Amino acid sequence: MPRLKSVSQRMHDMQLTALRSFSERLGRRVSSGVEDFGYGALLLGESLFWLLLGRWWQQPVRLQALFSEMMDIGVLAIPVLSILGFANGAMMAMQGIYTLREFGAESQVINGLATAVTREFGVLIAGIVVAGRSGSAIAARIGTMQMAQEIDALRVMGVAPVRYLVSPILLAFLVMMPMLTVLSDAMAIIGGGLICMLELHISFGAYLDGVWASLVPADVWQGLAKSLLFGVLIALVATSNGFNASKGAEGLGKATTRSVVLCISAIVVADMVFTFFLIL
Amino acid sequence: MTIPAADSGDTVIDVQNLVSCYGDHTVLDDVSLQVRKGEIMVIMGGSGSGKSTLLRNLLGLHRPAGGVVRLFGRDINRLSGREWTALRKKTGVAFQGGALFNSMTVGENVCMPLREHTRLDRNTMRIMSRMKLEVVNLAGFEHLMPSQLSGGMLKRAALARALVMDPDLLFFDEPSAGLDPVAAADLDDLILRIRDAMRVTVVVVTHELDSAFKIADRITVLDNGRILMTGTVEEVRGSDIPRIRNLLTRTCEDQPVDADDYLRRLTGSMD
Repeated sequence: MPRLKSVSQRMHDMQLTALRSFSERLGRRVSSGVEDFGYGALLLGESLFWLLLGRWWQQPVRLQALFSEMMDIGVLAIPVLSILGFANGAMMAMQGIYTLREFGAESQVINGLATAVTREFGVLIAGIVVAGRSGSAIAARIGTMQMAQEIDALRVMGVAPVRYLVSPILLAFLVMMPMLTVLSDAMAIIGGGLICMLELHISFGAYLDGVWASLVPADVWQGLAKSLLFGVLIALVATSNGFNASKGAEGLGKATTRSVVLCISAIVVADMVFTFFLIL
Repeated sequence: MTIPAADSGDTVIDVQNLVSCYGDHTVLDDVSLQVRKGEIMVIMGGSGSGKSTLLRNLLGLHRPAGGVVRLFGRDINRLSGREWTALRKKTGVAFQGGALFNSMTVGENVCMPLREHTRLDRNTMRIMSRMKLEVVNLAGFEHLMPSQLSGGMLKRAALARALVMDPDLLFFDEPSAGLDPVAAADLDDLILRIRDAMRVTVVVVTHELDSAFKIADRITVLDNGRILMTGTVEEVRGSDIPRIRNLLTRTCEDQPVDADDYLRRLTGSMD
């Protein structure tokens, strides 16, 4: 004998189920987010441990691996970063001149450009370029190794996977990100200078004098400190996405996409928080 | 079935009442197993019998929910990091798909444990890895990348890498899976030759009957996460346990159909 329910009773049940499944999904999301965060923190701790104490533990971080990561992460990013940095500076100069023209203060653009680029946009462009290039490549590489049991093979060989795979990547980011940031800053200032020469009819030398006059070391330091933070974030997000890639080509694709999106989001949000505490 | 002497000097692997779960799902239930020094132990079972999980537990890649796994008399879940590393230098593992590092050549792959754990100079390492490649009949292939090798060659290269530290204990996961019968038989001969030449204890996980009967000193038959029997080849062949007979004669299982249960499954979670 089937139980008969009134229509309103059924509607009520359905709403309850929907609410329950929504809160369940929300709870899962939050707990998996917390889990990811914890995983990243553990990864950071362990890779720093191997970097500092690996040699003493007979598990040294290899220089060869470090150099090859530095090549992949840093040196090979130079061409695209140069172009984007240049475009970034030129674009900011154009916008700045347009805005300041209303006040008749076009020449102030040099001041604004120099500080904005060194504090904020140079490092941001460098971070986004590296996140796009290496964030996906690292996640894909480690994810493939995970699926082909290569990570297990490392472990049973007595080689700590974090020491072998993550520590060199982390250190390479810490070395290369500041250098790439300096490059990005320099290219942006050159790009902005070109626009200023054309629009404000000043010589490049005069433009550079203006840049030097308005910059203080703290501006550059702020960008470099951020670059270290971004490097750590990209390294952790990319490697942890690789290690957690689930089976199959689809899982690998998802992990790669997720890695890039999370890397860039982490950079932008961290930048905002960092700037908030530094400036306000 | 006789229980082998529990003398730790003779027993290389000692598993006691192992329970292993993935989430809520119990994959291994109360598994006990001893492997003696110098023997070839084949762990046999169909898909989903838990044999791969047993191997992952033996390798310390999966933490058991209960029970004890001892390698060389040491409880592997109570080792410090350094003791683990020392123990892992004495064991070699050849994975099912080879698990060679794709970014390195075959030679570099075989050298890898030497590079990580010894301070030998380059040329010595190269000679040692070539010797091991010679043993598995892959001499002259050290400059190829893993992607250029066939399935059988990959498995043999993985075996060379597993042997390069001259281990006392060798694990081999599914040596004949995905190979043609000739290549599989070659690999079986190779395993026998290596055991005789290097006096290494070998644990092979497989679902291939022919291969198991050819190489095994003793066979452990796993089914649904439990050990059906452990015995010599003759004992397994002569066993009258129905599940083992089915496995030997390749008969399907008749699953009794419960009509009520069937209906409940079809209409599940409806009201």
